[in-house]
Amino acid sequence: MAEKHIEHIKPYSPQFGTMIPLGAQKFLRTCVIYQLYRFIAINIKMTVLIVKSHG
Amino acid sequence: MAKIVIMGGGVSGHTSASFLNKWLGKDHEVIVVTPNSQWNWIPSNIWVGVGEMTKEEVVFPLAPVYKKAGIDFRQAKAVSINPEGKDGNDSAFITIEYTDKERAGQSEEVAYDYLINATGPKLNFDATPGLGNGEGQMGEHTVSVCTADHAIHANHELEKCIDRMKAGERQRFLIGTGHGMCTCQGAAFEYIFNIEHKLKDQNVRDMADITYISNESFLGDFGMGGIHFNMGGFAMSSKIFAESLYAERGMDWIIGAHVNKVESGKAHYELLDGSTGEKEFDFAMLIPPFAGVGLKVYGKDGSDITDTIIAPNGFMKVDADYTPKPYEEWKAADWPSTLQNPIYKNMFAVGIAFAPPHIISKPMSSPNGTPINPTPPRTGMPSAMMGKAVAQSIVDMIKNGATEPTHRANMSEMGAACVASAGKGLFTGTAAAMTVYPIVPDFEKYPGVGRDMNGTSGELGLAAHWVKHILHHLFLWKAKLKPGWTLIPE
Repeated sequence: MAEKHIEHIKPYSPQFGTMIPLGAQKFLRTCVIYQLYRFIAINIKMTVLIVKSHG
Repeated sequence: MAKIVIMGGGVSGHTSASFLNKWLGKDHEVIVVTPNSQWNWIPSNIWVGVGEMTKEEVVFPLAPVYKKAGIDFRQAKAVSINPEGKDGNDSAFITIEYTDKERAGQSEEVAYDYLINATGPKLNFDATPGLGNGEGQMGEHTVSVCTADHAIHANHELEKCIDRMKAGERQRFLIGTGHGMCTCQGAAFEYIFNIEHKLKDQNVRDMADITYISNESFLGDFGMGGIHFNMGGFAMSSKIFAESLYAERGMDWIIGAHVNKVESGKAHYELLDGSTGEKEFDFAMLIPPFAGVGLKVYGKDGSDITDTIIAPNGFMKVDADYTPKPYEEWKAADWPSTLQNPIYKNMFAVGIAFAPPHIISKPMSSPNGTPINPTPPRTGMPSAMMGKAVAQSIVDMIKNGATEPTHRANMSEMGAACVASAGKGLFTGTAAAMTVYPIVPDFEKYPGVGRDMNGTSGELGLAAHWVKHILHHLFLWKAKLKPGWTLIPE
């Protein structure tokens, strides 16, 4: 399947040497249901971080 | 009655003042000296810089908030400190110079029992020829998002570029750091993604060449020596994380760069390998390096003792280990814990105002001897935690007779959360959420990557964007000391 959003990468350019998200990853970034789950996860992570830092 | 003077009303100073006032009550006096009449939630300046927010949404006047709380507010800048008083007067005091309209230029001595230096940075635009105007202010060739007014100006210039692109004229954008010793890469990082997002939104992205220029030796250093995130079962370097973000969006980068001169439409730079180059632009947002605000310190006899209290970079010495040593010998324990000045025990420095023992990233310089490395970030969450810890220590000293500070805020023992967001729409924006623990890597406690893999993470998506929105409103609510403000963590 063609991934339009990676077509601008040129061989041996600096951008060529890193990872680029494919369609499924990009979909998840804006999938509201999945992101609601991530929202809870991020808040838990940040809460733990705050508790550890204040400890 | 004890008198506590706080120099600076930014994140750390405002946090100290608010908690001191709450915990000490009316029996003691809390005085805030800050040259600004308004409090600014600086992280949201990025949104002002792309026209997604107004200045009024990121600032509020301090005077009414302090009046209601019972905090003595002086709109003035601190000029000097006399920690031993002066001839005929043993009381320690600072000298301030008013900046409000009614008393502009008038000086006054303000006595203190405890002093908190939370003066933040001087935006040292003039460190790079052409970046400043030669009089300490931003020059005419670039824009900035360091203040709300700077961000408004940046947005006006951005709008002009967008109009030109809509008229068919290609535009070149250069975003990053304007000197080899800058900090605050995160602001440039967030701004470049907002620019890219805005150009897409305006359907002119294909008319723009966007380049990031930074003094980091690799993308994702962030002034913290890079971070390894717990991502997808890997301890993944922030280098890959950051490069991926730029590559995905078709943005170029110039790394290890000391911008040494800016002129109309062109930035000159030197790289870590000693080579030089220049980059032409139609729009450039280059963050200036930070310096101390230039406080002077005087002995009882009027002699200048600034060097004993203030480090050469202009920041105040605290309980850090300032012994010069090579990178290989740096330890987490070098970093200060109580933020108390070692000579004057009633003096503290928090946020950007304290002098770090050394940088966090590995020191680097070009073969020409030009230092090119990011300086340590110490804004936002760590600043506020320092402000609160020092307030707690001072309260214990005043109310409970403690002889030493009772609370710590060590950057090698605390974490930070950073959310870099692009766009403002709830379903059209995106953001990177990063947590890092600890901020200063501790390679003894966490061999290898220097950080706790259970507390260090990064991810992209709408969820992070929602977090950014919530933080904006929560922190403004907290700063305005509205009901329940103490329940909102730093």
